[in-house]
Amino acid sequence: MEFTFSLGVGVLTTAGIYLMLRAQTFPVILGLTLLSYAVNLFLFASGRLTINGPAIVGESAQYADPLPQALVLTAIVIGFAMTAFVLILAIRARADLGNDQVDGRELPPRRTAVEEALAERIDKNQANSKQTRDKRKHS
Amino acid sequence: MILQHLPVLPLLIPLIAGILLLAPPLATTLQRQRVAGLVFALLQLLAAIGLLLQVQQQGTLVYAMGEWQPPFGILLVADRLATIMLTLTSFLLLCVQLFSSANDDQQGKFLHPLLMFQALGIQGAFLTGDIFNLFVFFEVLLIASYALLIHGGGAQKTLANMHYVTLNLAGSALFLFALGIMYGTFGTLNMADMQQRAAHINPDDVQLAKSGAMLLLVVFGLKSAMMPLHFWLPRAYAAAPAPVAALFAIMTKVGIYSLWRVHSSIFGDDAGELANIAEPWLWPLALLTLATGILATLASKTLRSLTANLVIVSIGSLLLMVALNTIESTTSGLYYLVHSTLATALMFLVAGLIINQRGKAEDRFVQARSVAQPRLLGILFFLAALALIGMPPISGFIGKALMLKAALASGQASWIWPPVLISSLAALIMLSRSGGTLFWRARGESASKVTSHPAQLAAVSLLVIALPLMVIFAGTITEYAQLAAQDMKAGLNFAKPLSTTVPGGDGA
Repeated sequence: MEFTFSLGVGVLTTAGIYLMLRAQTFPVILGLTLLSYAVNLFLFASGRLTINGPAIVGESAQYADPLPQALVLTAIVIGFAMTAFVLILAIRARADLGNDQVDGRELPPRRTAVEEALAERIDKNQANSKQTRDKRKHS
Repeated sequence: MILQHLPVLPLLIPLIAGILLLAPPLATTLQRQRVAGLVFALLQLLAAIGLLLQVQQQGTLVYAMGEWQPPFGILLVADRLATIMLTLTSFLLLCVQLFSSANDDQQGKFLHPLLMFQALGIQGAFLTGDIFNLFVFFEVLLIASYALLIHGGGAQKTLANMHYVTLNLAGSALFLFALGIMYGTFGTLNMADMQQRAAHINPDDVQLAKSGAMLLLVVFGLKSAMMPLHFWLPRAYAAAPAPVAALFAIMTKVGIYSLWRVHSSIFGDDAGELANIAEPWLWPLALLTLATGILATLASKTLRSLTANLVIVSIGSLLLMVALNTIESTTSGLYYLVHSTLATALMFLVAGLIINQRGKAEDRFVQARSVAQPRLLGILFFLAALALIGMPPISGFIGKALMLKAALASGQASWIWPPVLISSLAALIMLSRSGGTLFWRARGESASKVTSHPAQLAAVSLLVIALPLMVIFAGTITEYAQLAAQDMKAGLNFAKPLSTTVPGGDGA
């Protein structure tokens, strides 16, 4: 169980950090969300993992540590509020700055080879149709 | 009766004030908000001073919220260090409240309640006795600061805020990771309890605890704008409205305070294998912070960014004092912390006045029309500059002299003297250049007609008066700071339950 749990935390953290290093606000916010999920899981495990134990001291012989659960609850509430704020801020930034780059500056468009070829064909088609239109006009 | 509950007042007053300022009778007109905000700020200052006097007489006060006993109950701890910071915060809040009553609160909504919530977060961070509530109050002060930073709106502010919020959210995540590790290894989050357990921690857990402590260093470094983590600061502070930037002058100091609490006290000299774990990192980072601060100072293009970079310089000096970790260094660090907070706040407010009067050129170092009140603003700027550089008649000189003396006493003078002195020189060069440009390189056009509001001038003069007062009462302040430093060295002594009636004793 420990292995699965730590794997989950690790994958979430990795994905979160990867997304946070993107230059656009939407992936950054997704990354923050994933990271906060990872944090919550991690906090939950900080009192050691227990199966079939209630989180109440004295209820049974074996109990889960109740304190981390209180911590997680607080962290979740705060995390939600903060994510909501950053989401609204990102929408505002999109409106104020005209793009969703983290630095507020538009990057030059990056295209894959397929997109490049497509764009070229579209350009050619447009040029062709313009030529035929011009010819029709002249004739 | 009320004296008994004094430690909780610095939290209750801003909380209730913030809520009341949002509710109908006060929220309907700006005028009411201003007056009420001032009254609440004044009350808060009185409470902080009362607490300061009480702590001076009785020593550390511990307040158990709802009588839940430590180590699991929530504790408020008012010791000397905390009360110094509390008094400083409430004084700053009063000045900022007064300044913003002039016209800054018309540019957006809810400035006054937000200032109160900001104060709530800062004071809570200073008062709390356990490390999880430190996180909670960090978040309270952060979410208020997010909203304050963007107050009034505009693309520049949005951009700066986006970086600020993202970085701080990442920092909060790291903080929680560190807290999880701490709880997993120490089994407690109460600071005093942690300190007692640090020495005899399970040997298998030492590496884990070390990584937790280093994560905390990263978090506090981010908060206090330590070298590789400081890039958010200049832009954010330069974009913020003047009173907000002035209040933010204390926010970086929350990070320094936490470093003292956690890395000098919990992981202090008695922590066994974890003793002074941050020290080898703090030395180079502090020096680098100073160096980058100096370089950035020389490259600043506006008065606000110049002041923001001087904040980084002061943080570098303070980090050096934290790294030095002797009683003298902590004493001088505390004195310098109070001084530099007041001085940078003053400079931000003066920059606000200059921006008001200079029209489109704002506070950029370019030729522009002259300000409407060159003599008044010139004198204020000169005083603030003297304080920031650390020239004799004002408190900056004493602060810097104390730091240099502490360095000499511990035999590290060769590391500390050159950067601190060079930083003063850089500040001198840049501030005299900027002063010359702002006040003398005026174009022939008629001066602008906008003059400063009396409330703004009152706020600025409060800060101006505070600086010479810090010189006159330097002896009293350093004495008190020295006692605080000794307390810090001696460790946190509030682990024991308050009354003996509690079953279980200390630490379960």
